[in-house]
Amino acid sequence: MNFFNTARKVLQQNIREYGMYIALFVIMAIFTVTTKGTFISSRNIVNLVNQTGYIAVLAVGMTLVIVIRHIDLSVGFLGGFLGAVAAIAMSQWNLPAYLAVPLTLALGILAGTIIAFLVAQMKIPAFVATLAGWLIYRGAILVVTESTGTIVISDPTFNAIGNGFIPDIPGLTILPGIHKLTLIFGVLAIIFLVFSEINSRKKKQAYNFEVLPTEMFIIKLVFMSALIGGITWLLAGYQGLSWTAVVVLVVTIIYHFITTQTVLGRHIYAVGGNPEAAELSGINVKRITYIVFGSMGMLAGLSGILFASRLQSATTTAGGLWELDAIAAAFIGGVSPAGGIGKVAGSIIGALVMLSLTSGMNLMGIGISYQYIARGAVLAAAVIFDVKTRGKG
Amino acid sequence: MNAPILEMKNITKEFPGVKALSNVSFQVAQGEIHCLVGENGAGKSTLMKILSGVYSHGNYTGDILFNGQVQNFFGISDSEKAGIAIIYQELALVPEMTVYENIFLGNEVRNGFLVDWNETVKKAGEMLKKVKLDINPALKVRELGVGKQQLVEIAKALSKNVKLLILDEPTSSLNETDSENLLKLLRDLKEQGVTCIMISHKLKEVIKIADTVTVLRDGETICTLRADEISENMLIKHMVGREINNIYPKREKTVSQEIVLEVKNWSATNPSLGRTILKDINFNLKKGEIVGLAGLIGSGRTELALSIFGNPDEYQLSGDLYVKGKKQHFAHPRDAINAGVAYVTEDRKGDGLILIQDVKQNISLANLRQIADRGVVNNNAEVKVANEYKSSLNIKTPSVEQLVSNLSGGNQQKVALGKWLFVSPEILILDEPTRGIDVGAKYEIYTIMTDLVKQGMSIIMISSELSEILGMSDRVYIVASGKIAGEMATAEATQEKIMRLATN
Ligand SMILES: Nc1ncnc2c1ncn2[C@@H]1O[C@H](COP(=O)(O)OP(=O)(O)OP(=O)(O)O)[C@@H](O)[C@H]1O
Ligand SMILES: [Mg+2]
Repeated sequence: MNFFNTARKVLQQNIREYGMYIALFVIMAIFTVTTKGTFISSRNIVNLVNQTGYIAVLAVGMTLVIVIRHIDLSVGFLGGFLGAVAAIAMSQWNLPAYLAVPLTLALGILAGTIIAFLVAQMKIPAFVATLAGWLIYRGAILVVTESTGTIVISDPTFNAIGNGFIPDIPGLTILPGIHKLTLIFGVLAIIFLVFSEINSRKKKQAYNFEVLPTEMFIIKLVFMSALIGGITWLLAGYQGLSWTAVVVLVVTIIYHFITTQTVLGRHIYAVGGNPEAAELSGINVKRITYIVFGSMGMLAGLSGILFASRLQSATTTAGGLWELDAIAAAFIGGVSPAGGIGKVAGSIIGALVMLSLTSGMNLMGIGISYQYIARGAVLAAAVIFDVKTRGKG
Repeated sequence: MNAPILEMKNITKEFPGVKALSNVSFQVAQGEIHCLVGENGAGKSTLMKILSGVYSHGNYTGDILFNGQVQNFFGISDSEKAGIAIIYQELALVPEMTVYENIFLGNEVRNGFLVDWNETVKKAGEMLKKVKLDINPALKVRELGVGKQQLVEIAKALSKNVKLLILDEPTSSLNETDSENLLKLLRDLKEQGVTCIMISHKLKEVIKIADTVTVLRDGETICTLRADEISENMLIKHMVGREINNIYPKREKTVSQEIVLEVKNWSATNPSLGRTILKDINFNLKKGEIVGLAGLIGSGRTELALSIFGNPDEYQLSGDLYVKGKKQHFAHPRDAINAGVAYVTEDRKGDGLILIQDVKQNISLANLRQIADRGVVNNNAEVKVANEYKSSLNIKTPSVEQLVSNLSGGNQQKVALGKWLFVSPEILILDEPTRGIDVGAKYEIYTIMTDLVKQGMSIIMISSELSEILGMSDRVYIVASGKIAGEMATAEATQEKIMRLATN
């Protein structure tokens, strides 16, 4: 009785934070039932993660853009275009993948910087500036793919990014059919999570800050460990961690670290929270704008690379609607449309929600038309939920 | 005493971690001016937000009787319908809209389905006349100073058919003359049968205008006094629970001869408004000195501070700025901060604080480098710093993890001050530093200022409260219409002399 009361209270107070995890969980559970388990199969989950990759990295960048009260509509086609550039670099200029990839990322940064110039220096609203970018990159993709149509990529290293898996520890014979290295990573992640959570809780207690009641804290830890453990087990049961998943994880961890632990991160959220106050606090708002759009451009490049390598080619249609999926992912993940609030990890969950919907409905054989409607409804529901649970007092 | 128009009974309101009101009872008689006083965080604004429906029925316990009827307000529109209008401590106008649009926002003058703009402008003009504000109603609110915005707020309230007008610290951003006008205005309204509740930290005006005063302390009603019973000392005693004998701490001579800041022939043009806002300003500040900048609201004191502090609004500047003898050209507030200058803004909500962040993040913001190692913030150090300011400035909050938007107005101001003290500047510019701050806390802030100059800091204090200028500064400059209209040692200054120069 008492236990349930505390549980309810904790859930009520933190509903915003946990809401999207619960949503993801519910969506996955529903599809697992409706597809008679196919959805939760190792193979599908690995696929799902790989499909989410290119949207997830865009969503990470978009999170910061929205946090500083802007928007970037150009990143979808920018990503598609940069994927084509990478393809051309390898197939026509004969660059190796380890040069083509950094070149693409650098071009992405450049593109982002141009947007930032328009927004910060010329004071053009980001919506308009990036809408122009949207049109320009749409055209640019057509220009570069005009002569050849689809550009086939034959570089095996590059294609591995979207299709390959991390190697397993050679010579281990226990647990046949299970990817041991993936399993080890999963266990390490759980250990790390548990230790860092306990550590931060202890520190908070030392300062007399509010923390979760002990039993709730344990439940949270168990839940999170089970989640990571479960996903790890599923992945390990197929071919293990894909390179795409590694890329997304690395990007997420870096951005999570930057946004939560560094001066730069604080400055970004300060600019989003109140640009005038940030400026008067000595923060160079223009510089932050450059950094955020630059990072967005770079991630658009990465997104294009993930996509092109997955298809092993650059196509004329790459990039369509990616930006909207990324924006939707960010909002589902709890980023505030008013700016200043939003977590990178949340947006990743948001991307998973979006892609789970697609994947699950595909498995169920639901037509593309209804898929759009369903995704729209989920987005609306997520934002309504977000607004309704905000600022309860 | 007339029959009560309002009775609030046993009101209790809790926020997570804070009991803002416990069992408060509050009665207002028909046609009176009733003042509500108490320390920062005592619960005054919360009580009024309950009355006006901001915290809707069910979010608190207790009863509200208005006009003899039990009222359950679920939003401001409900209380407005009943004839209650509230003017918040933090102004709530739409800056990008014109004055007339703001006055009739949500209460549009209609002609069928359409808004009758001609009639709106005409009526807005009448309302402005009522509050004695002589401006073009077609101006955008953004272009007005805080003082005039306040009057627009009142005009807006008057445009509704109010029986009970609530003003939360209406004069905190007004200068003496404007405050006088406002108080006169309230008396006029009283003649016309409007009942008034006013929250104020300016006890002199409370005594001048109130028929009845209720004192709140720590969320409880301490007492209700009638006009003939009140004196300033008594109010203070009820408010803080002990006697406070001095309003200003003793100042020692701390001024040295060294000039730490000087501007020469300083002029500024605002390119977006296309007009000159500062003209040929010459002034200086010595080490260990408190220099007061007196003047009317809108006289250009804030603009002067901003133009020195890295010029964030990108005025076109001419003239020379010397900091510690070195000619400086600050291209950004960061440059000014690095050179040892700090500026505590006048409008804490607008450009001072980040309301959606917590106390510790706000305090550390301008000086994150100090608590960071190679770009990584040390969270423990941050909490420690924030807690130090929490106790030294006596910031009332359950923890430094509380969002600043949840603090009372006065405590927000203390957070803003703490943020800039953490920068440990050599030159501190304070823009209306005690606006909305209670007597006890004012004394604390004055004491801090005194200590700071003793340690060799130099302070420029912009203030519209003449008594504060006279009580705290060593020297006064009077600013009028973007020019320095006069300078005098405080020993020679009087309120009359300053006002004469300021209004010239
Ligand atoms: N939304 C909220 N969430 C949490 N605490 C709150 C919230 N609003 C107010 N409080 C707390 O309730 C108490 C009373 O606040 P209130 O704003 O009513 O004070 P006040 O008397 O108006 O003070 P001031 O003179 O500084 O304006 C304070 O401790 C404040 O921190
Ligand atoms: Mg208040």
